[in-house]
Amino acid sequence: MTGVGPDDTGCSVAIEREVVIPNKEGLHFRPIMKFVDTAQRFHAGVTVHCDERQADGRSPMEMLMLVATQGSTVRVVADGVDATELVTALVELVESGFGET
Amino acid sequence: MITKKGINASPGVAIGPVLVLDTEEYRIPHRTIEASQLAGQIRNLDAALEASRQEVGELRAAAARKLGDKTAVIFEFHEQFIADPKLRESVAELINERHWTAAYAFGQVMNGRQRMFRNVADPYLKERVRDLFDIERRVLRHILGRAREDMTRLTEPVIIVANDITPSQAISFDKNHILAFAMNVGGQTSHMAIIARMLGIPAVVALNDITSDVTGGETAIVDGTHGIVVANPDAETVERYQEQQERYRRYSAELQTLRDAPAVTLDGTEVDLLANIEVPEEASAAMQAGADGIGLYRTELLFLSSPRTPTEEQQYEAFCGVARGARGRPVIIRTIDLGADKLAPSMGTHREHNPVLGLRSLRYCLLHLDLFKTHLRAILRASTEGDVRIMFPMISTVMELRQARATLADVMEDLDEEGIPFRRDVPVGMMVETPAAAMLSAAFAKEVAFLSIGTNDLTQYTLAVDRANERVAHLYASHSPAVLKLIRQVVRAAQRSDVEVSLCGEMAGAPLYCQVLIGLGLRLLSMAPGDIVAVKRVLRSTTVAKCERIARTVLRFDSDRQVLNYLRDQHRETVKEDEA
Repeated sequence: MTGVGPDDTGCSVAIEREVVIPNKEGLHFRPIMKFVDTAQRFHAGVTVHCDERQADGRSPMEMLMLVATQGSTVRVVADGVDATELVTALVELVESGFGET
Repeated sequence: MITKKGINASPGVAIGPVLVLDTEEYRIPHRTIEASQLAGQIRNLDAALEASRQEVGELRAAAARKLGDKTAVIFEFHEQFIADPKLRESVAELINERHWTAAYAFGQVMNGRQRMFRNVADPYLKERVRDLFDIERRVLRHILGRAREDMTRLTEPVIIVANDITPSQAISFDKNHILAFAMNVGGQTSHMAIIARMLGIPAVVALNDITSDVTGGETAIVDGTHGIVVANPDAETVERYQEQQERYRRYSAELQTLRDAPAVTLDGTEVDLLANIEVPEEASAAMQAGADGIGLYRTELLFLSSPRTPTEEQQYEAFCGVARGARGRPVIIRTIDLGADKLAPSMGTHREHNPVLGLRSLRYCLLHLDLFKTHLRAILRASTEGDVRIMFPMISTVMELRQARATLADVMEDLDEEGIPFRRDVPVGMMVETPAAAMLSAAFAKEVAFLSIGTNDLTQYTLAVDRANERVAHLYASHSPAVLKLIRQVVRAAQRSDVEVSLCGEMAGAPLYCQVLIGLGLRLLSMAPGDIVAVKRVLRSTTVAKCERIARTVLRFDSDRQVLNYLRDQHRETVKEDEA
């Protein structure tokens, strides 16, 4: 495999999807840790938007500052070779309620 | 003598010398450096971050050992936070561009973040400012090369007084040397309070300025049950609290001796005290706590704790675990009671306008027959492992019960065809937790082997009160005459049809309600394992005749206030001491 960043492919397209936070406590410690862990498994960069706020999907601090509570809609935007897989994995994670109890 | 009222964060009473923890703040001089030193500062930063991360990793392991994974998650987050690439990036940027020292640049970045958190409206996030302080202090200590100074070296038992202590301080304390905590700030849900409760150390928080009322070394009293701290108490006050301490100690010791005593009234009527459990491992612990069986095994946790629906094998293993743990005593398995406040990941994110009146519990199961059948298969297969019984929740019409039974019959047929063994005569019962089921209990009693009254939901639906809503929670009263009348009606219907009837709401575990429930005719009560000895104590001090008199009296009352006052008087008379 050659080229891992969006810049060397020259034709990367940003992938984005919206998802509703289902779990009661919203994006707090444990969900964020799972989110960041998942994001780190991919090459593509990922930004998460909630209302007018945005966060780097690999930064627990920024994710916490999104203040995404139960029922809020977040937009996951990824850019890079495996952007589609990344977005799919993250959306699945969120939709699964982060496996929260 | 100074008496202060705060928030009761962890129960118990402690009397002892005070140790004041200073806030341990680092003053970082605003210092710029030469360009030639930049690389050194970055190295210093990286080393400090790495050392801090390792330290938190050790704390996490210690927390997991001492307090379980729930507490360890706090430190897991600290670990990730320190490893946050954005954190390192923004500090390095300040070092490189403004020529700041690593300590100053780091302090500035953390200050900015703390400010952001303080401005958030969400109380959960606001509380996280303390986690940031904790992280900041730790990393700065490494940048500045200061030795590790955790509170592990206490040599005599003390009461810790501080503005606040961080989660890592709380976990590193030697439990044997801490009598109590008294804090300026905090709430019942702050990490410090949670850790104090888990360690069983009394704590009072939100005392505002307790740190300025004491200097250290003097005696103080911390009453974590009532949220009171007394500094420099006079002899009389100390004596009073010593008595309270002694009473509490005797009371817990007495309860322990009751563990193996039979649950029988003074006039010889036996009552079965069963346990409510949520995880299979609790079954054998409950039997050790003196339970006569498992009166309610809540199966939801299996579904809530995993992102995927548990397989038939996983469910079967769990149910077998409970059946074996109960050592031949009855095990009532309640079929999945999901929905409302308990949403499994696999249920999707459909939001209902009024979830407690919505598609929940058995209603959900009857619409998702694949899920329900797999669940029932697992229960039936486990029925050969002990005295397993099946209970359907949230029924309000006879049709629902019949549908559930028909599904069960289908599953039995499948198992037959596959030659898989199960107990064909497994007793099938239902919860009575809607007013409709209570009113129709005579009809239901003809179709089931047992009824179990779920007073939490029955109270909620009868009084139309959500007790999790603090604006109406004061209206929630299981001792309301309306609820008591429904309970009586269900018990009578069960007696007439000669089917077993039990009560498994929180009411069953409250000693205050024990006599009236016996008086209403109940002989099976299912409660949290920890409540069994306290209820047994009341039972062994009363007679059925007295209980029946109490029940007759309260049923004539028309307000729950009257009922409560009367029950309190009767309870006090029976146990002959004030243990509040």
